[in-house]
Amino acid sequence: MSKIWIITRRELASFFDSLIAYVMIILFLGLSGLFTWLVGSNMFFINQASLQVFFSIAYWSLFFFIPAITMRMIAEENRAGTIELLITKAVSDSQIVWGKFLACLLLVAIALVCTLPYYITVSNLGNIDDGAVIGGYMGLLFLSASYISIGLFASSVTQNQIVAFLLALFIGIFFQMVFDAVGGSIRGTSGEILNYLSMSSHYESISRGVVDSRDLVYFASIIGLGALLSQIMLSKRNWQS
Amino acid sequence: MSIIVENLTKKYGEQKAVNDISFEIKTGEVVGFLGPNGAGKSTTMKIITCFMAPSSGDVKLDGHSIHTDQELIKKKIGYLPENNPLYQDMPIVDYLRFSAEVQGVEKNLIPGRIGEMIEKCGLDQEKHKNINELSKGYRQRVGLAQAMIHDPEVLILDEPTTGLDPNQIVEIRKLIKELGKEKTVILSSHILSEVEATCDRILIINRGRIVADGTSDTLRSQAQGQELLKINIEAEAAKVEKAILELSSVEKVTSLNGKEGWFNVQSKPDMSSRKEIFDLCVKNKWYLMEMSGLETRLEDVFQKLTK
Repeated sequence: MSKIWIITRRELASFFDSLIAYVMIILFLGLSGLFTWLVGSNMFFINQASLQVFFSIAYWSLFFFIPAITMRMIAEENRAGTIELLITKAVSDSQIVWGKFLACLLLVAIALVCTLPYYITVSNLGNIDDGAVIGGYMGLLFLSASYISIGLFASSVTQNQIVAFLLALFIGIFFQMVFDAVGGSIRGTSGEILNYLSMSSHYESISRGVVDSRDLVYFASIIGLGALLSQIMLSKRNWQS
Repeated sequence: MSIIVENLTKKYGEQKAVNDISFEIKTGEVVGFLGPNGAGKSTTMKIITCFMAPSSGDVKLDGHSIHTDQELIKKKIGYLPENNPLYQDMPIVDYLRFSAEVQGVEKNLIPGRIGEMIEKCGLDQEKHKNINELSKGYRQRVGLAQAMIHDPEVLILDEPTTGLDPNQIVEIRKLIKELGKEKTVILSSHILSEVEATCDRILIINRGRIVADGTSDTLRSQAQGQELLKINIEAEAAKVEKAILELSSVEKVTSLNGKEGWFNVQSKPDMSSRKEIFDLCVKNKWYLMEMSGLETRLEDVFQKLTK
């Protein structure tokens, strides 16, 4: 565990040193703030003391931001060769992957913490459902963790950050939209499977405050699978011939 | 810490980068891997450092195998990879701290180790800079510092002096020699003088195989075989050449191009022609201006073995 934390700390420091963290947090706050408060069907348009608007905006903005965070995690190390120096130190491949995963998740969590003023504002405007707010944040965290895991895998297959970014979006869009859309138009078992694979239904049920084991298993599987595949890609050097 | 390499093979597709290599390195030896580019030096090092698994064979450090005790072995090795890849955006001190933490150095010892490394590697004036602000020579020193930060028993340095200026090369060599007093060191190079200057023992690797193993002196004498002399006699050249060739210990005489009176004389195996040449000159009243033995250079040995 402590090895994972050492890696996480280094990655986090590197996020903040390289301005990625600031740019990402400011863009995230700016974008979600804009749509929550000023543009389109915003908070005042709906006229309810609820953060639902923000959560549905964040659902999309995180989808785009997370690949931007994860794209360099492993791809850049592959390109610069620093992965060799990291692997030959006393850490295992899985510690490397989980350390990086945790760093990304913490960065997203920090960005989400920065949206707490939204909550404070809204709770002053009216009677807010705290359960729904906690559920909403939980849902965003689970969603982020899943996309981080996918993003890490995308980053582990290439040396090119842009390829990693696009690949993460490509894989992500299936969970974000495609499974949902196709699953809705197909009857029978295959339709149900596709519906189950879609991120949105699980996200919605968690953000409603309903924590079902089906949803937890779903998120845990995506996170675990992504991390496992990244680890396999890292270990590829061993049996590559 | 002893290193035993047993029948190591690494294949990249059809090509065998390392082909059934076996050798043993004792504690405290400084061993140089010498070989042309692509000979398998780096691959062997990458396997010993647990960066990649071999296709077959085993490496054991004090009886611990790279197949089973990776974490333990990694802790005991300090590694400087080729091209010295470092996290460019990190300050030197932070990077050294990270390396120490990952290698499991105890927390209260870390500041002391960092200070010691900074002093030992001559980084004192640069220590507050980011790694990407450093010149190549200083980056190489950071690479060495991170390799040694956890006081490993084995140091593996892949081309530690590439890209350095002559003064820095001398300094790094001095450092390696010093380290070699207490640690096992493996370094690779394709610069012969470097290996000769720093290593107790040389392994010449070519096309994935070990083609020679020994100290630079033994390698030289192995390759040498016959005595080779360079002489200068002041007399009529054609006559001299003919007379020397008639000596019983001489196998071959070649006159040097464009230099009147200069010859290379090759003696027959296990014989020396020095005395006979001297006697010949005395007898004919020729002036022997110069006679010197030509040592086989390591370059020649290397070229002969890796052609």
